[in-house]
Amino acid sequence: MHKKFIQLENVERVFVTRQGTYTAITDINLAIQQGEFVSIIGHSGCGKSTLLNLVAGLTPASGGIMLCNGREITGPGPDRGVVFQNHSLLPWLTCFGNVYLAVERVFGRTEKKSRLRERTEQVLDLVGLKEAQHKYPHEISGGMKQRVGTARALSMQPKVLLLDEPFGALDALTRALLQDELMRIVAASGCTVMMVTHDVDEAVLLSDRVVMMTNGPAATIGQVLQIALPRPRNRLALAEDARYASLRSEVLKFLYQRHAKHAA
Amino acid sequence: MNVAPMTKKDVIPISRNDAASPMQQPAPNVAQRPAARKWTASLYGGMDALTQWAIPPLLGLIVFLLGWSLLAEYSPQLPGPVKTWHSAVELFSDPFYDNGPNDQGIGWNILHSLERVGMGFGLAALIGIPLGFMIGRFSFLNKMTAPIISLLRPVSPLAWLPIGLLVFKEAQPAAIWVIFISSIWPMVINTAVGVTKVPVDYLNVARVLNLSEFRIFSKILFPAVLPYMMTGVRLSVGVAWLVIVAAEMLTGGVGIGFWVWDEWNNLNVEHIIIAIFVVGIIGLLLEQALLMLARRFEY
Ligand SMILES: Nc1ncnc2c1ncn2[C@@H]1O[C@H](COP(=O)(O)OP(=O)(O)OP(=O)(O)O)[C@@H](O)[C@H]1O
Ligand SMILES: [Mg+2]
Repeated sequence: MHKKFIQLENVERVFVTRQGTYTAITDINLAIQQGEFVSIIGHSGCGKSTLLNLVAGLTPASGGIMLCNGREITGPGPDRGVVFQNHSLLPWLTCFGNVYLAVERVFGRTEKKSRLRERTEQVLDLVGLKEAQHKYPHEISGGMKQRVGTARALSMQPKVLLLDEPFGALDALTRALLQDELMRIVAASGCTVMMVTHDVDEAVLLSDRVVMMTNGPAATIGQVLQIALPRPRNRLALAEDARYASLRSEVLKFLYQRHAKHAA
Repeated sequence: MNVAPMTKKDVIPISRNDAASPMQQPAPNVAQRPAARKWTASLYGGMDALTQWAIPPLLGLIVFLLGWSLLAEYSPQLPGPVKTWHSAVELFSDPFYDNGPNDQGIGWNILHSLERVGMGFGLAALIGIPLGFMIGRFSFLNKMTAPIISLLRPVSPLAWLPIGLLVFKEAQPAAIWVIFISSIWPMVINTAVGVTKVPVDYLNVARVLNLSEFRIFSKILFPAVLPYMMTGVRLSVGVAWLVIVAAEMLTGGVGIGFWVWDEWNNLNVEHIIIAIFVVGIIGLLLEQALLMLARRFEY
């Protein structure tokens, strides 16, 4: 439980643009333990997605060391499931087809077709989409799409779940519903989670630690806040909890006082 | 415009009849609705559609025919619409006669032209579409082929004919060659552009799932590029059909193009005009058929 699962040391990402180089993030030092839920919070454009994409292996780091389970991150791998900011479902496949694609890739060599279908149905059931499994992405709501995206990532049984503002485009009610669902799923699977968000409540409610980033360019980790609230957590009970309120205001102070973003 | 008031009239009595049980009311009401009123509604709708869709094109056609008649009036060589119509009726009364290689029915001529277009275009698709995929997928190949494509693409189709005659030593394959070389470019280019336009998100999905190159092609690239590819196919067929008349004029053989040339030698101007309409109508039908096909691949 206390093994360091993801390790980032002096990680830096520099973009080469037409106007010259742009250092998005620099000097990132972070260790995430197995089974830990870590949120990355910061103002828009500070480099949260950049950091997540580095861990996902979608973009190479310009400097520093990145390890996942003791091995260097050189590209994407089935040990790291990604839920994209905009769900990224393939519109020509049904919900089932979208998830099956991932299942087939990870388990297709060792298991029979019937077992693969079973797995796909199981994971769709887990996110509450058994009924809608044969619908196409354009036939379902935004919340359902995000669930399919989550199902697709979960179906690979990853050791790490990387979420980029998974509920950013949803209304408050659906968002709360999916947050509770995510907590339940993560608790059941025991996987390590790194989630990007810009929602303070979401960060405090879901995480074991909240990583707060300074503003770019050359953004880095400004403060890390331990959220020692007991699990399972209940949003209604926490709403009146003094510890929750003080943790929440801690994050707010970081974002709006010490590292406030001024309108350009 | 007439539709909105009609539906309103239908709806208002339903809600006014019985406010207490509005849920139960609509069903019997629909059943009792007089058939005559329904009929008027559809008639009104029909009239509306008529003015919207049929009148303007019809008007255009009339203006065109009037202009043609007027032109024919002042230039005695040119047959007018009526004369052409009679000639067309006669021509199409027996489209599939066969009096030797130089005198066959219009049906045979059309079929032979379509066959050449089909072969030339088919070969072009067979080579052009995979080539487009590869050019779009591998930027090295793109840079490699870009100068050649931009050099060859603007060349007039008929400039390729001598090369074809030289290589194949025969008219038929030379004509197919011209169709092939002039219709391949839209498919290559549109497919390649389609591949580069595949959203990065989808490719990231492929990378995160670590899909094999075959799966990437069949589950992501191909479906994503299909609409672009269909545009290329449509343009290609258009070009092929555009070029066939000219190619056949030069190469001879049974076909609509050579038929035009033959009728010009016979000074049968009505038939030339008929051929122009036939070529136009078939081109239109091909285009519409491909548009319908393309619509099935939209997401
Ligand atoms: N491919 C790229 N080329 C150049 N600059 C980039 C590129 N990707 C991101 N950046 C820059 O890096 C910075 C961080 O971007 P990033 O997408 O990580 O922000 P973010 O924190 O995820 O923002 P948001 O909350 O709006 O999603 C931004 O200033 C952005 O302009
Ligand atoms: Mg982002």
